[in-house]
Amino acid sequence: MTDHHGDIDSVTGKSTTGHEWDGIKELNTPLPRWWVISFYLTIIWSIGYWIVYPAWPLISSNTTGLLGYSTRASLAVELANLETLRGEKMAALAAAPLADIEKNPALLALARAKGRTVFGDNCAPCHGSGGAGAKGFPNLNDDDWLWGGTLEQIMQTIQFGARSGHAKTHEGQMLAFGKDGVLKPDEIVTVANYVRSLSGLSTRKGFDAAKGEKIFAENCVACHGDGGKGNPEMGAPNLTDKIWLYGSDEATLIETISQGRAGVMPAWEGRLDPATLKAMAVYVHSLGGGK
Amino acid sequence: MNKTVNPNELTSDDDYGPLYAARKKVYPQSVHGTFRRIKWGLMAFCLGVYYFLPFVRWNRGLGAPSQAVLIDLPNSRFYFFFIELWPQEVYYFTGLLIVAAVALFLMNSVGGRIWCGYLCPQTVWTDLFYAVERLVEGDRRERMKKDKSSDPMKLERISEIVLKHSIWLLIAWWTGGAWVLYFNDAPTPVKELVTFQAPMIAYIWIAILTATTYVLAGFMREQVCTYMCPWPRIQAALTDEWALNVTYRYDRGEKRTSVKKAAELRALGEHVGDCVDCYQCVAVCPTGIDIRNGPQLECIQCGLCIDACDNVMTKIGRPKRLIGYDNDINIQRRQEGKAPVYRIVRPRTIVYSAIIAAVGGIMIYTLATRSLLDVNVLHDRNPVAVRLSDGSIRNAYTVRLLNKSGYDRVVAIDADGPANLTTHVVGIDSVTPDRPMIVIPRDSTSELRLLITAPAESNPEKSIPVRFHVTDIGLGEVATTTDNFVAP
Repeated sequence: MTDHHGDIDSVTGKSTTGHEWDGIKELNTPLPRWWVISFYLTIIWSIGYWIVYPAWPLISSNTTGLLGYSTRASLAVELANLETLRGEKMAALAAAPLADIEKNPALLALARAKGRTVFGDNCAPCHGSGGAGAKGFPNLNDDDWLWGGTLEQIMQTIQFGARSGHAKTHEGQMLAFGKDGVLKPDEIVTVANYVRSLSGLSTRKGFDAAKGEKIFAENCVACHGDGGKGNPEMGAPNLTDKIWLYGSDEATLIETISQGRAGVMPAWEGRLDPATLKAMAVYVHSLGGGK
Repeated sequence: MNKTVNPNELTSDDDYGPLYAARKKVYPQSVHGTFRRIKWGLMAFCLGVYYFLPFVRWNRGLGAPSQAVLIDLPNSRFYFFFIELWPQEVYYFTGLLIVAAVALFLMNSVGGRIWCGYLCPQTVWTDLFYAVERLVEGDRRERMKKDKSSDPMKLERISEIVLKHSIWLLIAWWTGGAWVLYFNDAPTPVKELVTFQAPMIAYIWIAILTATTYVLAGFMREQVCTYMCPWPRIQAALTDEWALNVTYRYDRGEKRTSVKKAAELRALGEHVGDCVDCYQCVAVCPTGIDIRNGPQLECIQCGLCIDACDNVMTKIGRPKRLIGYDNDINIQRRQEGKAPVYRIVRPRTIVYSAIIAAVGGIMIYTLATRSLLDVNVLHDRNPVAVRLSDGSIRNAYTVRLLNKSGYDRVVAIDADGPANLTTHVVGIDSVTPDRPMIVIPRDSTSELRLLITAPAESNPEKSIPVRFHVTDIGLGEVATTTDNFVAP
């Protein structure tokens, strides 16, 4: 920029920058010296930051800086410190036999507190934050358990899951009797109404109960047991109670029988440490549905 | 204070002169008399309570703190002799603050700034520091002379100053130390402090309170009352025309003359004032004012001028209490030849007393009848209700039991709600069906998960109230609370 200090504004007596728009000239009012010095100092300071702290993105990583500081690393340290702080109590939990935890008020409180947070992080997306479940995802507060509701059974389901691909997982699924051509559509309607009758629900007018019973005996008893009482070994639900995982109306039952069901519960062993798994089993059991 | 000032000495804020007036050091003279004795007594009482109360023991049984007055922050407990308060009972402190505030109002309407003159910590500690100063450096005249002396410091003078400040610091340090003792079992921190094992926070608090005591009582003195404290403004506004204030009875004192002249004039049968302009009232005043200029902000109404004046009146053979607790109404009445009237019972004193009695009464009543067993219930929100496989309905509750007593209790939990309900506490195997029994350890809380199940045929409405009764099996004490039972 050329020096226009010779151009003096007649009104204020100050020099102008020489910029002019529509006859209006800009006064040369430089920044205060202290301000400019502070500005330069901040630039120098920022260079120091680039060197000392992680700053520049590279293609696959970033400059690490002289201090080697990393928020991830410091978080890991903080978390490790927290674990040490809680170590003693969690160790007591890990050491206690599963059956005794609920009898010890201190351990029960710890397991419930730990279980609640872990449940919120891992289980709530499917089972809901309070374990109330949803269609296809069991309510953990009630007393109906596909794979059994004792502490050990709950623990096993959490550890290995259902149809999770884990070597020890629960297997067994509801077959697709319609899709696979085992039952004809009218037979499916009949057996669906028979299943509704098992739990005391209303049935379609003119439905042939004897035929339904026969179809049920031939196709369903193997898993659901005599009278449809269910079998926790195979994850076959009790069809005589008031609780229905996918719904008890005729249309849903027809869908279930035609298409089959095979919901997946992931295995949590390996993702959560043994003490945490224990805490979760106790928490789920204490929700009230446990046997 | 109302002296005329030479215009040449005036400074204003818009020039380069100082923005403040330098403090004029006050050299109160020692004095003997009724009010001085009252002040000594109250000082001994207040400081005695403050310094020694933490050491008073109180037996609360094994495992409980044995300190009579203890603020136990880590465990959230406050102990005051036989009273033990939990955090949720802080409303007692609200009551205490209300009583304290109204007591101040009452004091004001009866006797003006009694608080300022006799009980305020600033007054008490400043008075103590003055006593030390007087003991080490001598009385008013000597101190003035020593401060004015332009001689180079003599060893004697230096040792005097060092001694004074050492004693001041010792008192200040003890003041800070005593404060810390209220938050811990007193003998423990004393031992820790001596062996430098106490927690850092203790040293920080002692340092803060030592510094404030030393500075406020040793150097700021009357300036705290005049410039820092909001009370003089508030108290002055609370004081009405019937309140007894330290008053110069100008009807009796004016016109001022010397003793000799007064005797001569009296002999001639003329009216002469009793005030002989001896300035004793000014000399003893800890805020350095002249009470004869009438009521003023700086006056803390400590009554020392009354003692000083009484001494002089006795000496010159005139009646005492030329300065005394009085009000302007009575001075006017005397001038008009009427008898003075003292009215302590007035609408405002009655109202203040009634408030103190009411709040105090409520506090005593609630303290006396407060339950040492308590129960809080929180209904599960997610899910609110669960239908079980047989069609029955279950609600879950988080129950918190509080045992405020000094012994373990066995309690039974009962619930009244839907017909034929069953109760179950997670982790408890009940001996008696539907009556879970648990142990709550002394001075602690227990949190339980309680399940209430109503059979399907009971067919409860959308929501029905449930009453929870927690009964102490041994004593029969019952705590009750209400929540709702909800159907899905």
